[in-house]
Amino acid sequence: MSSKRIPNWADVTLVPLVSVVLAFIISAILIWAIGESPWAAVKMMVDGAFGSSYGWGYTLYYATNFMFTGLAVAVAFQARLFNIGGEGQAALGGLGVALVLLYLPWPHWTLALLGASVGAALFGALWALIPGYLQAKRGSHIVITTIMFNFIAASFLNYMLVNFLRPVGSQDPSSPRFPDATSLPKLHEILGLFGIPFSKVPPVNISLLIAVGLCFAVWWMLWRTRLGYQIRALGESEPAAQYAGISPARITIIVMLISGGLAGLMALNNVMGEQERLVLNAVEGAGFIGIAVALMGRNHPFGVFLAAILFGFLYQGGAELALWTGIPRELIVVIQALVILFTGALDNMVRIPIAKLFSLRRAG
Amino acid sequence: MTTVTDQATRQETAASSAQVPPAIELRGISKAFGPVQANKNISIKVARGSIHGIVGENGAGKSTLMSILYGFYKADAGEVYINGKRTDIPDSLAAIRAGIGMVFQHFKLVENFTVLENVILGAEDSALLGPSRRRARGVLKQLASDFELEVEPDALIEELSVGHQQRVEILKALYREADILILDEPTGVLTPSEADHLFRILRGLKEQGKTIILITHKLREIMDVTDEVSVMRRGEMVATRKTADTSPTELAELMVGRKVLLRVEKTKAQPGDEVLRVEGLRLVDAQGVERLRKIGFNLRAGEILGIAGVAGNGQSELLEVLAGLREAEGKAWLRGAPLPLSGPECNGQARRAARIAHVPEDRHRRGLVLPFHAWENTALGYHNDPRYNPSPWRMDGAAIVADTAAKMERFDVRPPNPQLPAEGFSGGNQQKIVLAREIEYGPDLLLVGQPTRGVDIGAIEFIHQRLIQLRDAGAAILLVSVELDEILSLSDRILVMFDGRIMGERMADATDAKELGLMMAGMTET
Repeated sequence: MSSKRIPNWADVTLVPLVSVVLAFIISAILIWAIGESPWAAVKMMVDGAFGSSYGWGYTLYYATNFMFTGLAVAVAFQARLFNIGGEGQAALGGLGVALVLLYLPWPHWTLALLGASVGAALFGALWALIPGYLQAKRGSHIVITTIMFNFIAASFLNYMLVNFLRPVGSQDPSSPRFPDATSLPKLHEILGLFGIPFSKVPPVNISLLIAVGLCFAVWWMLWRTRLGYQIRALGESEPAAQYAGISPARITIIVMLISGGLAGLMALNNVMGEQERLVLNAVEGAGFIGIAVALMGRNHPFGVFLAAILFGFLYQGGAELALWTGIPRELIVVIQALVILFTGALDNMVRIPIAKLFSLRRAG
Repeated sequence: MTTVTDQATRQETAASSAQVPPAIELRGISKAFGPVQANKNISIKVARGSIHGIVGENGAGKSTLMSILYGFYKADAGEVYINGKRTDIPDSLAAIRAGIGMVFQHFKLVENFTVLENVILGAEDSALLGPSRRRARGVLKQLASDFELEVEPDALIEELSVGHQQRVEILKALYREADILILDEPTGVLTPSEADHLFRILRGLKEQGKTIILITHKLREIMDVTDEVSVMRRGEMVATRKTADTSPTELAELMVGRKVLLRVEKTKAQPGDEVLRVEGLRLVDAQGVERLRKIGFNLRAGEILGIAGVAGNGQSELLEVLAGLREAEGKAWLRGAPLPLSGPECNGQARRAARIAHVPEDRHRRGLVLPFHAWENTALGYHNDPRYNPSPWRMDGAAIVADTAAKMERFDVRPPNPQLPAEGFSGGNQQKIVLAREIEYGPDLLLVGQPTRGVDIGAIEFIHQRLIQLRDAGAAILLVSVELDEILSLSDRILVMFDGRIMGERMADATDAKELGLMMAGMTET
């Protein structure tokens, strides 16, 4: 009951904020313990991530990935389905993008983007469809099946790259470069249209705008449409959903298709936008980070947006830290882990005292 | 009657003589949950060797008070005295040590353990179970002969009837040498004859000097078995009376704080055309147990058909089958057209399209999505209604909110705020939200399960009136309730269910609780 006594605004802002601050305090103690200056480290991270348009560019590039995978997890969780398979779905999305861009002729990047979106979403959705179907019709637990499908996706991609997509004679298990006409505009080009200068180095590209648009679209779908209503009703109470004549199996399958499609769309950013070819392990764990992002963002699309930027900052700032200080790379992972631990697993540790404070304030 | 007055006088002398302190005395107990004051400055004395009833509406604070006494909650203020000695009860272990035993409404038994194992659970004498088991067997035998508490010690709990399971709960408390026994709504799940047996046990325990607190909302039980009765209302203890000096009418008034009609005023039904016909309805559950055994009946427009029965005799399954939530064998017709009982056309949406509305038994689990706003709950099941969906994609939240506000006003839902989550309303107001949704949809057939469970008396009256109005407007109503009084006062015709069968049919004005009670206990018609 105590969690219900927190006003909504505090639930979505104050609780995650306090969690993050606590994680940073413990991180600072750790950095201090290995003989480095926490203050210098914080300054380095913030400068590295937000101090220049170069830093911003990388932060936003990572954040774009996390928005896609975070939305995928959040949508599924609205129906109380825990989709751990973002990693595999995003990998398959990459395959979809590669096939569309390599085997179809594209005169202009706009059309290519449209075609690649369809390919990415379709492949990601189909990869999520199988666990979704098994959950809906056979009761196989989605957590187990989606984890297994991550491994299958990795092996499948390996097989496809080595046996089909690899150019003849190449030793590198990766696809050929996509045609130049399919190259997506980078953020500096878009901002250049408005006369805003931006660093040309970072890979952040137009998929950032797609990701932000999807945050809004997913929110609209969940809270403004009949489908979203049915998804949320199923998530909050399956017996009530059944009573209302909402078919749990049908909604489960639809939600997994949407979730997989969102994860697959991540390939627009990393495969089409950055690498411009399909390489092994292109997702690099962003599918799993999406779980943390959704957790921290309270499975709300706007929360996912903010959490994705926070994790983008941790990635970019952490990379700078490893590059310029004596703080080992592993400690960056520890900091990220602490943030996940505090915002996810230790949520109640923060929530209950805050709830008490609120009830005290109301009483007093 | 003489014995009752005997005891009353004996008790009076006991209470007046300073040597014998009351078994339980509470002084100024207060407890708040956030802004809700569940108990306000409650003081009560329970004489040793008496049966003390506590009555009150749901939400009056009875359960909170007993939870404080049993160490589940900590009181914000106030003191507990056991046998005249100030006692702190921080947890249930302390309560047991102070000699308090509690029989919960929902039993806390390990289903696949034997009676003996359940009795010694948590009270084992040593690491090896042998000695405890032997000792417990002896104690159980003694208790069985002393108090009519016969239970087979080696039977598995899941094989026992509800009445026997309750005896195990009592035995558990007595094995722990409880002097004070608290029973929370003990007869809710019992047949009338099982309830009578329970009361004999309680009287026997009283003879042996045990003190019993009986929490109930059934005034008849209070009159039958208690020596004294305390009435709670909105967290306060409003009165304590000698049972012999009070009447059900007075107690009901004290509970509600105003005069209430216990009978529903209604005219004679004018049944019209047949709306529902059911034949050979059979349901076997996942465990292979036959829940419905070839049930057949019919229901006509403008009548209320009540299904009486002790909970768990197939009524819930019958409702779920008719509402399209479960598949079953057999045939059914709605206004002469076949009503599918299995297959893809057997679901909540298809039923609503056929003008069947359903007020489910469990509004927390089925009837409402508790975290949803009231307006979102108004759309539950009617989310495909064209009025709520101006375009194929967008749901018109504003239209639903406006509709909800209007329904809330017509059904006197308090507070009339469509934006409040369903869990923020009291039981009665939650039920009114469900009823408004289902009744205002104008169904030909309304399936109602436990319409007033967990609903306060004021709201019960209102809900009953609405059901009668719907009947008079020409709807057919199938009413399932475990409250015999409710069945008797609302129904025009009554079916009694026992063990998945229909035991018989009676016209409501030609039967009484005694006859129905026998049928509910499985006695065949003679």
